[in-house]
Amino acid sequence: MSTIENVSRRRFLTGGIIAAGALVLGIRYYPKLSSSDKLPHNTDADRSILHPSVYLGIDPDGTVWIVAHRSEMGTTSRTTLPLVVADELDADWKRVKIEQALGDKRYGDQNTDGSHSIRSFYDAMREAGATARFMLIQAAAQHWSVPAAECETDLHVVVHRSSNRRAGYGELATAAAKLPTPKREELKLKPKSAWRYIGKGEVSYDLEALVTGKAIYGMDARLDGMVYASLERPPVLGGKVKSYDDKEALKVAGVRQTVPIDPFQQAPAFQPLGGIAVIADNTWAAFQGRKKLNIAWDNGPNESYNSDSYKNELRATSHNPCKVVRNIGDADAVFAKGGKVQEADYYVPLLAHAAMEPLVALAEFRDGKATLWAPTQNPQAVQDIVSKELGIAKEDVICHVTLLGGGFGRKSKPDYVAEAAVLSKKMSRPVKVVWTREDDIKFDYYNAVASMYMKAALGPNGKPTAWLQRSVFPPIPSIFDVNAVYGDPAHLQQGWTDIPYDLPNLRVENGPAKAHVRIGWLRSVANIYHAFAIQCFTDELAHAARRDPLDYLLDLIGEPRTIDFKGVEYPNYGASMDAFPWETGRLRHVTEVVAEKSGWGKRKHGKGTGVGIAAHKSFLTYVATVVEVEVNDQGEVRIPRVDVALDAGLVVNPEATRAQFEGAAVFGTSVVRTGEITATKGVIDQSNFQDYPVARINEVPAKTNVYIIDSDSPPAGVGEPGVPPFIAAFCNAIFAATGKRVRDLPITKLGLS
Amino acid sequence: MIRGRLVDEGREMIQLKVNGVEQSFGGEPEMPLLWYLRDVLGLTGSKFGCGVGLCGACTVHLNGQATRSCVTTMSNAAGKEVTTIEGLDKTGLHPVQKAWMQINVPQCGYCQVGQMMQAAALLNSNKKPTDKQIDEAMSGNICRCGTYQRIRVAIKAAAGEVS
Repeated sequence: MSTIENVSRRRFLTGGIIAAGALVLGIRYYPKLSSSDKLPHNTDADRSILHPSVYLGIDPDGTVWIVAHRSEMGTTSRTTLPLVVADELDADWKRVKIEQALGDKRYGDQNTDGSHSIRSFYDAMREAGATARFMLIQAAAQHWSVPAAECETDLHVVVHRSSNRRAGYGELATAAAKLPTPKREELKLKPKSAWRYIGKGEVSYDLEALVTGKAIYGMDARLDGMVYASLERPPVLGGKVKSYDDKEALKVAGVRQTVPIDPFQQAPAFQPLGGIAVIADNTWAAFQGRKKLNIAWDNGPNESYNSDSYKNELRATSHNPCKVVRNIGDADAVFAKGGKVQEADYYVPLLAHAAMEPLVALAEFRDGKATLWAPTQNPQAVQDIVSKELGIAKEDVICHVTLLGGGFGRKSKPDYVAEAAVLSKKMSRPVKVVWTREDDIKFDYYNAVASMYMKAALGPNGKPTAWLQRSVFPPIPSIFDVNAVYGDPAHLQQGWTDIPYDLPNLRVENGPAKAHVRIGWLRSVANIYHAFAIQCFTDELAHAARRDPLDYLLDLIGEPRTIDFKGVEYPNYGASMDAFPWETGRLRHVTEVVAEKSGWGKRKHGKGTGVGIAAHKSFLTYVATVVEVEVNDQGEVRIPRVDVALDAGLVVNPEATRAQFEGAAVFGTSVVRTGEITATKGVIDQSNFQDYPVARINEVPAKTNVYIIDSDSPPAGVGEPGVPPFIAAFCNAIFAATGKRVRDLPITKLGLS
Repeated sequence: MIRGRLVDEGREMIQLKVNGVEQSFGGEPEMPLLWYLRDVLGLTGSKFGCGVGLCGACTVHLNGQATRSCVTTMSNAAGKEVTTIEGLDKTGLHPVQKAWMQINVPQCGYCQVGQMMQAAALLNSNKKPTDKQIDEAMSGNICRCGTYQRIRVAIKAAAGEVS
């Protein structure tokens, strides 16, 4: 350990950059490539003697290499997808080594968002495992001169029962590698009864590294000779540096220089925002130097943006006819008849991701090639933007994916990685760009601010005879096209066009809104505001009709049927409607299950306490949630209990799935309690956890019970679907406990205290 | 022994002990301990989350007390003993780390080092904390993935083991 002292002293006595050495652990899991490397870069799986798939290789010593091509941000997909391969291979999990893929199109889609890692790659993983198993069986059969049909596999071995012979995968690998790779039709997948891991799950492959501090996140990546950068970015989207003075910044000890980065060309997409980078010997010096920059900005037209007036504009738009995106019957004709009508406005502000690891990226540009280490959800998007920014081929962009300290959609957008690449090229040395928490909050791609207008005509039993809903929000496509103002089908489908109620007259509309900040995907995305409006309005109507909210909800969902989306542009989250039809019976079922498990209607709730329910399908998973709250005389809200039932089709890793739904309740708690980003004159008002608070241990559900419906339907998503129904159920519970209806999030505006 | 400061080669050096090893530092005394640990010593287990002491990701022990290293200057760490996750248990896994594995607490894991350092300090002073005491001790540590429910269970599991 004495070398640590020597190194640290040398660094400061010489004033030089910290020397690397044995103590610099960061990069060893992400081997540095020589500049001659080009994609495809060989993985250990590729280098194995038997490698019938890009995802898999087997060494003669029996080691099974499985490539995790999706990013790990806490959902355990880096473990769960390889687990599917291992199951189909009949491999011993203890002999599996997982290696993280580089960004490379040969793996297929690597954008780890949209809760579809398992859904989109379950079959591919099974085929990879089955292919290797097929070849190992063939090799053993040939070796023993017996028919392959008489051979089978047991844990990591091929066996021929009648002759009592066994051969390990390692010893068969060399012979198996000489055989032709079987066609897909030849593969025989294991029956469910023979599954070892699917449906049982496994803890994270990285668990020990995570609890010992050895796990390497983007923040922990280091390279010899790297410098640190912190950027002062235009405070208003689209702003530019008019002039700047860095004299004081350069006086800060450890600061080396400043480097300007050009503003983006419209539309922003994933380009750097531009600004002035301060380059220093360590992170802190870069932060300090940056505070001493004196920059005059040209803020541009988004300086007109104020959240208060913008909210009024959205609401006004929603009170007039908008674009019809789904229609059944003639709602207007029913409204024209008069009778009992209920209306409400719902509102959700901009939301920031605030993953615990602020954005960070390390880049080394050398000999015309860029090598990056980044906590990215989307390494292929990194390749795209870096190749564009640097003017090099995509194949010359090598993107290593570190572990992610949370992502929630923010790390699908690689503007921060592009910053590091641009700086490294300008400086001809490795550069690590570190965002502060303030940067992270102020320069996000926010979940859209949204205003929803709801209207229902009510029949004699309080059931709607006509239903109108309008949502207005600046759409995500605005980051790619500044003129995009309407919601696109991919986001209107998120709990809006797919309202599952059995209604004779239904009109679903969407109105225009211009974006003044970058809008982007955030865990559950448009489902957040759409489910909030529909599920809380449903609760309002139930109470207006003096009916039990559960009975009323089930009444609206109606009898089991498959929703017909004829005439509606409905992308179904990119999945086929045949494999993933919208089955209201499954939504009904999870609702009934959660009601029963939570003791709905059976438990007594005293003064200041109440329960709320909501049901919502998103990312092809059906979820229903019951939240119990207690509100004391000071207006403090506690959440003693949450129950959630979900039907996600086949669940490969139940333990990880429970964790996702526990976490979704916490994420939703933050949205309801305090989630709000606002802007004044185009500048984001919030900056850190003091003004953008997220839920802490004393504010979250004391206990979240998760019930997973056993299902043989194909696997759907689990990362996001827990959030939207939790938010609505929580708000409905607050109404039950206090009589105050939550229509404007967060509840700081409700005046409970 | 550790002394607070000494002058070495014409420059004032800050002396401190990190995970039992004596260190001296001749850089800016206002540099937060976090960046010294991470950028200078290469001990990257302690995490940067907010930089202002609001999230707890950077929690280390300073003379045994849970401390936010992102707002602790090197001059304030002078003469003190710093323990990071890398030195929490010399022999292997601390009961808190074992409990974190047993209860499968981490999701992304980024905040968990800080959570465990905070929990270990809590258990040093309170062998059997109640839910309320856990909330009080842990409410300065944010987990955005939402593992709080498991953190509470894991602290109780570790409490059974901590002697």
